[in-house]
Amino acid sequence: MSQDTSRPVRIALVGNPNTGKTTLFNRLTGARQKIGNYPGVTVEKKSGLWAHGGRTFTLVDLPGTYSLAASSPDERVALDFLAGHLDGEAKPDAVVCVVDASNLVRNLFLASQVADLGLPMVIALNMADAADRAGISIDAALLSRRLGIPVVRLVATKGEGIDALGHAVAQAADQGALMAQVPWPEAAERAVKYLAAGLEKEGVRPLAPGELRRILFDPRSAVLDRAGWPAGSDPAPLLGASRDVLSAAGWHPLSAEALLRYEHLGHLTADAVKFPEKRRRSPTERLDAVLTHRVWGLAVFVLMMFVVFQSIYAWAGPFMEAIEVVVAQTQELVAPWLAPWPALQSLVVAGVVGGVGGVIIFLPQILILFFFIALLEDTGYMARGAFLMDKMFGWCGLNGKSFVPMLSSYACAIPGVLAARTIEDPRARLTTILVSPLMSCSARLPVYTLMIGAFIEPSFGATLAGGVLFAMHVVGLAVAVPVAWAVNKFILHTRPQPFLLEMPPYRLPRMRDIFWRMWERAREFLLRAGTVIVAMTIVIWALVYFPRPAEVRERAMADLSALNDISAVDRAVDAAYLEQSYLARAGRALQPVFDPAGFDWKITVGVLASFPAREVVIATLGTIYGVGEDADEASGDLRSALARDFWTHGPRTGHPVFTVPVALAIMVFFALCLQCGATVAVMAKEAGWRWALFGFAYMTSLAWLGAVLTFQLGTRWLGGGS
Amino acid sequence: MSGEICPLAALRAGEGGLVQPGGSEHPVAQRLLAMGLLPGTEVVVIQVAPLGDPMEIGFGGLRLSLRKSDASAVQVRRLG
Repeated sequence: MSQDTSRPVRIALVGNPNTGKTTLFNRLTGARQKIGNYPGVTVEKKSGLWAHGGRTFTLVDLPGTYSLAASSPDERVALDFLAGHLDGEAKPDAVVCVVDASNLVRNLFLASQVADLGLPMVIALNMADAADRAGISIDAALLSRRLGIPVVRLVATKGEGIDALGHAVAQAADQGALMAQVPWPEAAERAVKYLAAGLEKEGVRPLAPGELRRILFDPRSAVLDRAGWPAGSDPAPLLGASRDVLSAAGWHPLSAEALLRYEHLGHLTADAVKFPEKRRRSPTERLDAVLTHRVWGLAVFVLMMFVVFQSIYAWAGPFMEAIEVVVAQTQELVAPWLAPWPALQSLVVAGVVGGVGGVIIFLPQILILFFFIALLEDTGYMARGAFLMDKMFGWCGLNGKSFVPMLSSYACAIPGVLAARTIEDPRARLTTILVSPLMSCSARLPVYTLMIGAFIEPSFGATLAGGVLFAMHVVGLAVAVPVAWAVNKFILHTRPQPFLLEMPPYRLPRMRDIFWRMWERAREFLLRAGTVIVAMTIVIWALVYFPRPAEVRERAMADLSALNDISAVDRAVDAAYLEQSYLARAGRALQPVFDPAGFDWKITVGVLASFPAREVVIATLGTIYGVGEDADEASGDLRSALARDFWTHGPRTGHPVFTVPVALAIMVFFALCLQCGATVAVMAKEAGWRWALFGFAYMTSLAWLGAVLTFQLGTRWLGGGS
Repeated sequence: MSGEICPLAALRAGEGGLVQPGGSEHPVAQRLLAMGLLPGTEVVVIQVAPLGDPMEIGFGGLRLSLRKSDASAVQVRRLG
């Protein structure tokens, strides 16, 4: 092939799931990776550079698939990439097919489909050490002669065989040797010719035999759309007639390809692979007897999930507090330097440093959760957990793997939404991302504590206060199930993917791989979601800070000249500024919308100001009520200030603003709303802005509805609202 | 070889079956073919999940978990 050295050689990595393909990719490219999405689909696109023997290859890690039938988005991306159908992407120069040495024939099925597209290939016999241990011996040299392409023995986790692989890849890209073709029976050749003639009549561009076979064998082939089949025309008659050619010769069109390829591969691998005489009961089977047992299996699962939940709910706490201290100290350190320019000072301290702090605060939880997720996945336990839990989640459009993201979201929706990555089915993944933020995260707790402490506990006692706190943690989950069901029934129209999960053998994880995954997720969060979060924080800061006419200060000072407590004056001035800010104006304008929930303009401003994060509502109320922005949920000053506030106009004039129904309505609102800019940013990164905005819209609507119902019913039953 | 022909989902834990000729457009049946569950292959139901679904099947050294509704797409002859 071409020896043009100016253009980098492009190599695609393909393989079944669980073959160690990604470990090999990380091993070869190190930190020189680019991660993105393929246009229009939520399939991750990973590419990186691999330098070997003075040459640099551009390596593209395609999603793990069992075939190129293109019934799932993953398969479709793999097929489109290999066939050169992706916009702006030429066909790769060569392919490395990573196969699990212990399951050679099954893994070579994909290789033989890829070879059919006319691509030079190298077979990487990965996890060769595990095959040795199982007593499977493979004669790589014989296999290579039979297949007609290089076969390299590899242990990617230990870096064994990498040099030989590099050599083989260079050779494949330069010489372009193709894998031995299936000897297609005469009927299959005739069916392909018939199909080609029919396609030509419809004006479809000429296709290679391998692509024609994909159209012939796959029930709904993506190749047809890519090749320019006329939109209004139905391909079924032509496809049916082509397949009839196969049927007439005694081949069932839907199983012919698999039978023929497996028969061919059986011949090619015969006596190149030797299996042990007697199969022993593997350690995996012995472990599974306990780990998927109907009693012990569930008990172990509950225990493991408890550890995962504790780790992000409690163990991350000290690290998060440390980050808060560092951020606060940085703010104190920077503030005096910028004192001559108050607007700049506030921008840097509250906007920039506060915003960056609001991003890195999530790192401990993300790192800890992904440590456990990598551990669960790399050991093979994740598939068992999904097996145990699928029944509970499957009926409403989620699946067994939704469990970890939803549980994690009880601590924080950010790692929870990121954890949905572990779900292969894009439809179940999207549904999980949309409902995970409904779980009551720890940022809602300060709001509950303030409201319960100020209004529920004093009137109803500690027992009922505890009951209300529990109810707030259940309401999101109770809403999530019907929401998931409705989203699947009415909104998502893509075909659901079959839940077909390989139960891989248990393996000892490698710390290096686990730390790599933690770092990868953390880096992605910082770069891609972090920037959006900081930008949002700065926008909200500006809306709270501006405009800032001097007469507001003068008027506030004049009113307060009697006070000689300087900090009281400062707080009053802050309150006066906030009251005339753009955000407060918006809050006043929007108050009628929240009136049916019993919210006055101050609560409405609190709701708006808390868009970056729910707990900000407390600092905002603290500022409005003149007790200072340092007020926290346990602050007695804030609690009594709330209790002493009365309506000054409107039909409720003279009545207290905060009553039990109002307090409950505020809690329900914050339980169901998506006032968390960081979550919106992460949802946008994982599922696209359209779905992030949909999530924000449906949760805000539910929150409003829930708050209105709570206030109206509460007022009717408890009184005190009117 | 005289067992009844039934969907794979009808087998109980510990039972085996022989995959019948033909094929189905069902995505699971297609995926299983690609994974080597060919007509004539013997498949075993290893176990059923504690909550009654999904089931774990084994064939050719591979172990898979799939829902019973999907497993109905594959026809087998029950082995005694």
